Amino acid sequence: MKDTFDENAERKAWMGLLAKAPEGRVAALLDATMARPVFTWLRAPEIGSTMIRGRAGGTGAPFNLGEITVTRCAVTLSSGEVGHAYIKGRRKADAEAAALVDALMQGNDAKTVRAAILEPLETEETLAKTTRAAKAAATKVEFFTMARGED
Amino acid sequence: MYVAVKGGERAIESAHAWLAEERRGDTNIAELSLPQIREQLKLAVDRVMAEGSLYDPDLAALAIKQSRGDLIEAIFLIRAYRTTLPRFGASRPVDTGAMDCDRRISATFKDLPGGQVLGPTFDYTHRLLDFKLAAESEVPDAPTREVSSGAVPHVTEFLNQEELIESAPHDDTPPPDLTREPLEMPADRALRLQALTRADEGFTLGLAYSTQRGYGRNHAFVGELRIGAVTVEMDIPELGFAVEIGEVTLTECETVNQFTGSKSEPPQFTRGYGLVFGQSERKAISMALVDRALRWEELGEDYVGAPAQDTEFVLYHADNIQATGFLEHIKLPHYVDFQSELELVRKLRREAGEEQFQEAAE
Repeated sequence: MKDTFDENAERKAWMGLLAKAPEGRVAALLDATMARPVFTWLRAPEIGSTMIRGRAGGTGAPFNLGEITVTRCAVTLSSGEVGHAYIKGRRKADAEAAALVDALMQGNDAKTVRAAILEPLETEETLAKTTRAAKAAATKVEFFTMARGED
Repeated sequence: MYVAVKGGERAIESAHAWLAEERRGDTNIAELSLPQIREQLKLAVDRVMAEGSLYDPDLAALAIKQSRGDLIEAIFLIRAYRTTLPRFGASRPVDTGAMDCDRRISATFKDLPGGQVLGPTFDYTHRLLDFKLAAESEVPDAPTREVSSGAVPHVTEFLNQEELIESAPHDDTPPPDLTREPLEMPADRALRLQALTRADEGFTLGLAYSTQRGYGRNHAFVGELRIGAVTVEMDIPELGFAVEIGEVTLTECETVNQFTGSKSEPPQFTRGYGLVFGQSERKAISMALVDRALRWEELGEDYVGAPAQDTEFVLYHADNIQATGFLEHIKLPHYVDFQSELELVRKLRREAGEEQFQEAAE
């Protein structure tokens, strides 16, 4: 599936990164980087749900697993860029910050925003994941064959 | 006879005020915060999310606090809240093969790619009360080890290579949704899996246990059990592409079941499937066993009359909110119903008495 060029791949990556950031983190990084840009709501923050689906046997036909709370919003910057956010949880402030960063990434400040917001988020996400994976790795079982029953 | 009754408002108000006071308990004891419940009673939170059918740890923690730890009451609160949410859409089916596994074990293969990872488990603990937890104490950091990269494939994939196990071929049929249409029979597997994943843990466990004891036995092995985080991705219509909205922790169980073949299927292993919100392996294994038992018809097995094979019985009794709603309603005022029953019994007794009197006279 990843062999075709996806023109949206970059934007998908940063929107995913923003959605997965811990509560308050995107806002904190954004406010440390710049004054918030002037914007209007294209869609004010709204809380709803998304039905999560799984597949029977992991790979078969889809089924409905249960819902998750989701917050979404969309902003239009005074410079015209439109930013969207769809993030899990009931987090209006986080959705606003994520949508603003999404919009900024499409404008002239993209480079600054990437270095000051996306890159730290990426580093933090990787660190959190490797820390957890390292704890899991420490619980990996090493089997030693003591005696075989065949002889 | 119709009797209209009014009143009791003041009693109800007082009862609720007392409930609030009792919920708080002794005010000399520090009040429980939602983050404390979320972080330290995580498995209770996970159960409320799974059976409440809504993934939101903060809401589940609130529900547990409000319900004073009565988890079915908490699940009820979550189900009620869920109905107030507008539905934004459905996710793409989650890819459990790409899970960041905290735990991953197989009871059928000792050496498997990715290894046996125990994770934060109660298994192999001695089940002795740990009085150190009664005192506040610092917890030492868990040990770590270098992470070996590489995929952690599903166990069934190895068996698939030899065609020793039935495959679960890719399919994109849109699934039915029992939160949108009433649950009706016959229920296909997608609908059964949705009902089972939100089913009461105790009921599912009991049914699964019954299959192990011989009521619709299907010789299940835990081919694989994995717990960890998967990414949830959904299509955003206004963008025209899918984005990741976050991660959820899931427990997945795949059973490998003995199957000697039937009129329509060759001898090969068959599969049962369990997938549940949060860390809940008892529920995931139970779900997989019950799923497999309910598949008798599509696999051409005999119906032996076991409760776990009876789709209607299982699905119509597995939901603890439906069950508790109907069960507990009988404690609410039934004065009118009872009044008519009372009249009936009095009348029958009168008639029976008259007959006896007549017989005696004759």
